[in-house]
Amino acid sequence: MTSRSGLDAHLVISRGGGFTLDAALKIEAGDTVALLGPNGAGKSTAVGGLAGLIPLDDGRIALGDRALDDPARGVFVSPEDRRIGVVFQDYVLFPHLTVMDNIAFGLRSRNVRRRDAHRRAAEWVERLGLGDLAGRKPPALSGGQAQRVALARALIGEPELLLLDEPLAALDASTRVELRRTLADHLGQFPGPRLLITHEPTEAFLLADQIHVIEGGAIMQMGTAEDIRLRPRSRYIADLAGSNLIVGTASRGTVGTGTVDLQVGDTYIAGPVLATIHPRAISLHLHRPEGSPRNTWETTVARIEHYGDRVRVQTGAPLPLTAEITPNAERALQLRERSAVWVSIKATEIGVEAA
Amino acid sequence: MIAVSEPARARAVVGFAAVLVVTGCAGSGNQSTVLVSAAASLTDAFVEIEAAFEEANPGVDVVLNLGGSSALREQILGGAPADVFASANPSNMAQVREAGEVDGEPRVFIRNRLQIAVPAGNPAGVTGPADLAREELLIGLCAEAVPCGEFGRQALANAGVSAAVDTREPDVRALLTKIGAGELDAGIVYVTDVASSVGEVDGVDIADADNVVAEYPIAVLTGAPNRDGATDFVEFVLSDEGRAILVKHGFESP
Amino acid sequence: MTGLRKRRVSRPPLVLVALAVLGLAVFVVPLLGLLARTPWRDLPALLTGEIVADALRLSMVSSLAATALSAVVGVPLAWVLARVEFPGRSIVRGLVLLPLVIPPVVGGAALLFALGRRGLIGEPLNQATGLVLPFSTWGVVLAVTFVAMPFLVITVEGALRNLDSRYEGAAATLGAKRWTVLRRVTFPMIAPSLVAGLVLTWARALGEFGATITFAGNLPGRTQTLPLAVFVALESDRDTAVALSLLMVAISLAVLVALRGRWWRSL
Repeated sequence: MTSRSGLDAHLVISRGGGFTLDAALKIEAGDTVALLGPNGAGKSTAVGGLAGLIPLDDGRIALGDRALDDPARGVFVSPEDRRIGVVFQDYVLFPHLTVMDNIAFGLRSRNVRRRDAHRRAAEWVERLGLGDLAGRKPPALSGGQAQRVALARALIGEPELLLLDEPLAALDASTRVELRRTLADHLGQFPGPRLLITHEPTEAFLLADQIHVIEGGAIMQMGTAEDIRLRPRSRYIADLAGSNLIVGTASRGTVGTGTVDLQVGDTYIAGPVLATIHPRAISLHLHRPEGSPRNTWETTVARIEHYGDRVRVQTGAPLPLTAEITPNAERALQLRERSAVWVSIKATEIGVEAA
Repeated sequence: MIAVSEPARARAVVGFAAVLVVTGCAGSGNQSTVLVSAAASLTDAFVEIEAAFEEANPGVDVVLNLGGSSALREQILGGAPADVFASANPSNMAQVREAGEVDGEPRVFIRNRLQIAVPAGNPAGVTGPADLAREELLIGLCAEAVPCGEFGRQALANAGVSAAVDTREPDVRALLTKIGAGELDAGIVYVTDVASSVGEVDGVDIADADNVVAEYPIAVLTGAPNRDGATDFVEFVLSDEGRAILVKHGFESP
Repeated sequence: MTGLRKRRVSRPPLVLVALAVLGLAVFVVPLLGLLARTPWRDLPALLTGEIVADALRLSMVSSLAATALSAVVGVPLAWVLARVEFPGRSIVRGLVLLPLVIPPVVGGAALLFALGRRGLIGEPLNQATGLVLPFSTWGVVLAVTFVAMPFLVITVEGALRNLDSRYEGAAATLGAKRWTVLRRVTFPMIAPSLVAGLVLTWARALGEFGATITFAGNLPGRTQTLPLAVFVALESDRDTAVALSLLMVAISLAVLVALRGRWWRSL
């Protein structure tokens, strides 16, 4: 079942200015893959290629046992016949149609009778809590409401693949956390393969099972959040995705991680959280440090990696972290794998947000 | 205006440009300009008269403003500057005169007759005014406000013909152009117009009994900026030399 | 300090205002001239004459027909120019704009050479079907379309170019076929520009003179539209000419004022 309805794609698209996207993507049904990369990396081109809005120059797209695009064999299924649900960046809701008509658009386009289309759209309106907004037009919606309408519009046609292009980028920080949770719920209910496009490592780590890091049109690394975070394959990935992200539970200025209790600056937040520690915020010492840092423990060096003028040191139990130090500091500390080392982090250097 | 044939227009423009150039160095010479508003049917003859007059009067530049007589009348009544008005019928001249714009008495300087113009070779086989009633032909007349329209209607009435008119062109030259292009099968114009377009149109005579003789009056205008030049020009048109040029173009002496 | 600056900013430079007033005068003074010459007492009688009724009817029929014809062929032309890349597209765009800058009389003459009875296409057309376009109401529609359609094409093309193509892409991913996309997304989204373009086209069509009289001639009831009637009347019956002119100004002004909201927004 899973392999039959999965996505198997190798996208090759050349664009002006010498840019070429050349990326392989394999997503099983029920899995979420994040395509993580900076602006201009080719993420939206990938969405266009998968959705059929930009034809491939080479490569192949197969969804289940259907070939959607295969230039070598002259196969091209046009977008309207692909059954791919897309939540576009900025949502791209039709401004001249009501929420109800936006959601019903896919059914109406596939010749479902108006009354039936509206009945099924009404179900989605209810399910997403948009009840009062059915008659409104998109310009009158908040970012979160628009996101839900976009989701409903993409999902109502029961697509075989769900593409989400920066679904949270249009939202302000205060609503992002809540909407990320809603999004996670909806992703969980969608049975097919899902592809999340994002430039935010946090989103990728929280929403995806697998992360593909894309840069300059090519996939630089793929793996789980843990793989990427702990073993970035390039300095670029380290910068992009190399922050320490720790899931825990907050209560009165402490984040419990199961092993270590981290003291954090935010004393109000409570419940499940994601703690972020930048590698450069972690200090390493040969002896137990004195002074203010309250987060201090002894551990061993698990790995040392060199990226030019930076050294990334991965520490071991009780809380594996990645620290970044200078080559001078490395020499001074005489670090080598399995050597003992003290870790210290200032409470104020730990970012906490609700997960 | 629409009526001006291309070479004439070019010459008029050149003349106008010359005025500007000459005005620019007015201190050195005694160049003067005579602005002549003349009926479109006079185009070819007046272009030649202009050249002859300028040769006989060095230092005088004639600028022709050619158009339908009624349009010229409106320009004059509207206050446009002109020295001489040569109309293709007495009625337009009379209106200008009633408005007090004519200096002295208008003088008939030439006559013209009507003729049916057909495209060269006469493809529709038009033999006389009676053919203008044939519905299947494309028939053009001048608009009734211009002399050739007024006279054309009279001639048709004289012949007892109710013409199947397809268009009333704003002036005789526009009508002649469309006949010459073969877009119209026949139209009533002046003998002089047919004579000026040999090769493009043929003429079919209208019986003398039905024909209308158009009298062309000319006059110096009250508001003439150059009265002396205007008087000289009118005298030249009425002179033997002027008449000879007009007759050469198919007009009849009064 | 801020109060002072505010006061200074709120008073526009005198030179600009003076020139602006002069600019407005260019439009307003001729209208005043027209109003001054209007024979108000005889106006009802003048406007109910047969010539006026014929010309008004013909103007309405031909301008609306030209607008409809422009919509049928001009909108697809605008779409192709905006969305299809082909060699020589800028040349084609130039050709579309040409009628805006050449004298309408030249356009009329060109139409005559092309579609007249002896014209390039007109002659074979005439021999095959017996159809004669000049001196017919269809000729008027054609001449008027030639002059007026560019307004629709450039307005709609601009709107299509400004329309984010992602909306159409989104519609396609939702299963909409090309026609459905056009009908339910593209056209509704450019509707304000479409309306503005149609109004401009219609207004230009209503005022067309040069191409019409050159190509279609001048016959009351068949080809004499309001502007032609004004032109002819100016030389024979000035009161009627003034009345007709006033009628045209009133119609145009009414439509432009009624639609000014949409007009401004999309241009």
